[in-house]
Amino acid sequence: MPTAAAYLITAALLLGSAGSSDSGESIGGTLNHEGQPVAGVTITVSLSDRAVGSAESAADGTWEIPVRGPGVYQVEIDVASLPEGLALRDPDRSVLTAVEVQAGQHKAVVFPMGERQAEQSAAITRLLNLVAKGLTYGAIVALASVGLSLIFSVTGLINFAHGEVVTFGAVIAWLLNASPAGPRLHVLWAVLPALALTGFMGAGLERGLFRPLRRRRTGNVALIVVSIGLSLFLRHIYLLFLGGAPRAYEQYAVQAQQSWGPISLPPKDVMILVVALAALVGVGLMLQRTRLGTEMRAVADNKDLAEASGINVDRVILHTWVLGATLAGLGGILLGITQTVQWDMGFVLLLTMFAAVVLGGIGTAYGAALGGLIIGVATETSTFWLPVEFKVVVALGVLILVLLVRPQGLFGLKERVG
Amino acid sequence: MDLLRILTDSLRAAVGVSAAAYALAAAGLNVHFGYTGLLNFGHVAFMMMGAYGTAVTVDQGGPLWLGLLVGVAAAALLGLLLGIPTLRLRADYLAIVTIATAEILRLVARSHTAEPLTRGVFGIQQFADPFYALNPIPLGRYGFGSFNFSHRQLWVVLVGWAVVALVLLLLTALMRSPWGRVLRAIREDEDAARSLGKNVFAYKIQSLVLGGVIGSLAGVLLAVDTQAVNPDTFVSILTFYAYTVLILGGAGRILAPIVGALVFWFLLQLSDGLLRGAVEAGWLGSLIEASDVAAIRFALVGLGLVLLMALRPQGILGSRQELLTDER
Repeated sequence: MPTAAAYLITAALLLGSAGSSDSGESIGGTLNHEGQPVAGVTITVSLSDRAVGSAESAADGTWEIPVRGPGVYQVEIDVASLPEGLALRDPDRSVLTAVEVQAGQHKAVVFPMGERQAEQSAAITRLLNLVAKGLTYGAIVALASVGLSLIFSVTGLINFAHGEVVTFGAVIAWLLNASPAGPRLHVLWAVLPALALTGFMGAGLERGLFRPLRRRRTGNVALIVVSIGLSLFLRHIYLLFLGGAPRAYEQYAVQAQQSWGPISLPPKDVMILVVALAALVGVGLMLQRTRLGTEMRAVADNKDLAEASGINVDRVILHTWVLGATLAGLGGILLGITQTVQWDMGFVLLLTMFAAVVLGGIGTAYGAALGGLIIGVATETSTFWLPVEFKVVVALGVLILVLLVRPQGLFGLKERVG
Repeated sequence: MDLLRILTDSLRAAVGVSAAAYALAAAGLNVHFGYTGLLNFGHVAFMMMGAYGTAVTVDQGGPLWLGLLVGVAAAALLGLLLGIPTLRLRADYLAIVTIATAEILRLVARSHTAEPLTRGVFGIQQFADPFYALNPIPLGRYGFGSFNFSHRQLWVVLVGWAVVALVLLLLTALMRSPWGRVLRAIREDEDAARSLGKNVFAYKIQSLVLGGVIGSLAGVLLAVDTQAVNPDTFVSILTFYAYTVLILGGAGRILAPIVGALVFWFLLQLSDGLLRGAVEAGWLGSLIEASDVAAIRFALVGLGLVLLMALRPQGILGSRQELLTDER
């Protein structure tokens, strides 16, 4: 490749003459793949189509190219010079067109590396992997959404603070597991106390806030505003104690991918899928087979009739809050295991939960579960066609589409809507 | 801790540009929430339309006045698009869709795909110079002692509050008209309004668009004041600031936005100043650091919203009888 040769010569000249100066501006970075440095890769910087400089990554993966003054440069990595089997994680980003360098800045540029996949079946394999990832994520969304939907069905309240209940579970598990001040339990041992506390939080919200307000005949609209205020309050309390940075659990934070046929996932994701689905089936059985489940469905169907037939409605609502919060907490812990624990993780998830709940039909527990799975798969697979940054947009797009076409959702009854 | 400085800072905040902008935003919300009973949780999307409409138009080479028109038109269009799928449904659906749309718009504005228009995460700066060129106030600082504004700040503050006054005059007239009475009838009892032959859906759409346009003016004001728009300014917290301002003032009252904004910004700046002062004086030890003050401010707003709604939902001016917060 003649151009590459020309770049190399330029690079040699530059390295021989100037090198990198500390005072001037430069563009640089470190190439690595799974912690291993990647050496001998050619990178070129140009300014309005004229080459400014070029460099090859050193043995420790670092590279630096001095540039003349601040400006918007184009940085290109020579894909052909990558070692065998390596490729850019995003093949479309081998040329970065708008790298802005400020005066005196040493601008860092990142080229994320990934495995090069066989060209032929790559598309289908990628799609299958995205579906698998989507199922895991969807199962977590489903867990959290079922709680939201159950609470709505017995109280009529859409709890905008439900996301903060999700975060609460994850944060308590983190405090027990990885916080310097905590007891440093193994994360699996931290799950049970964290879930118990989250259930307790649900009971506290009902007994301390929403039941008194209901007693005072506060309307639904006011209760929704209360729940959003509560969400704002709790979220920033988490921020205060947790800080803004993402936190990881001590165990399972980084796992090598394991292959099952064409699908490769970290084993933790498979476990999460199994646990979440088991919990969902458990909730389904409880709703169908147990006395409490029957009572919940009765209260959801007609509160007054349920009360008249001797059901203690307040007790059922309290138990629903505990159940819903526990499920949300479990969702939060699982999300923390597969991703990280962050102060606003629940609020980010809330919008996805809404999409799941509306898709399934507000107030239907099974609908919320199925909706969660569908939304999970839809958002993950959308990255096959769309940029990753549109993931949440897809979920919300589905939400609006459902409201236009079938506002009662997949399983909802028409009369609930109007 | 300099108490006098904290007090004058709080007073400045109470009459400052932010307060004027939130008064405007709350006036828009008042049309939605206070008069029509619409639960719009994505008000920030309308503010964003105003701000980005202006900034993008100027950035693409258009004049500033055209930018203002584009921003307002974009907000009106957004109102229509939001209203059509949701306003036939129960109130909570509108809340869900509006909060979701606001988030979509923010994510799209900061995405790579939209960079040619919005400049992504960098945002757009320095688009309001023509506005400042119109400033008739001579150079200098105006005020008493440490309570003062530069001629530039004073110009924005005066224009901002003038717009608030105009909007509130317009709303007074509108809400006294038969049109306004229908809105309140819808808030009180939608079925009754419908049974009188009113097209409830059309009225709700009109209310959503009108409130949205007023909200977009708040966005323009914020953007012109800072001469910058950035997607991460327009997070959902802004919506709930506006709700707190409105409910503090008293939803469904014409003057609620002004009273709410004055009190809200005074209290916010006061608690901020007191906290920072206490941190600097070392009274709080290592319990709270200066960087935590912002988080505490948001938490306090959330707590304030809960307590207001639970204890005094009619706010400062409202009457409990004329409220949508009780079960019917």
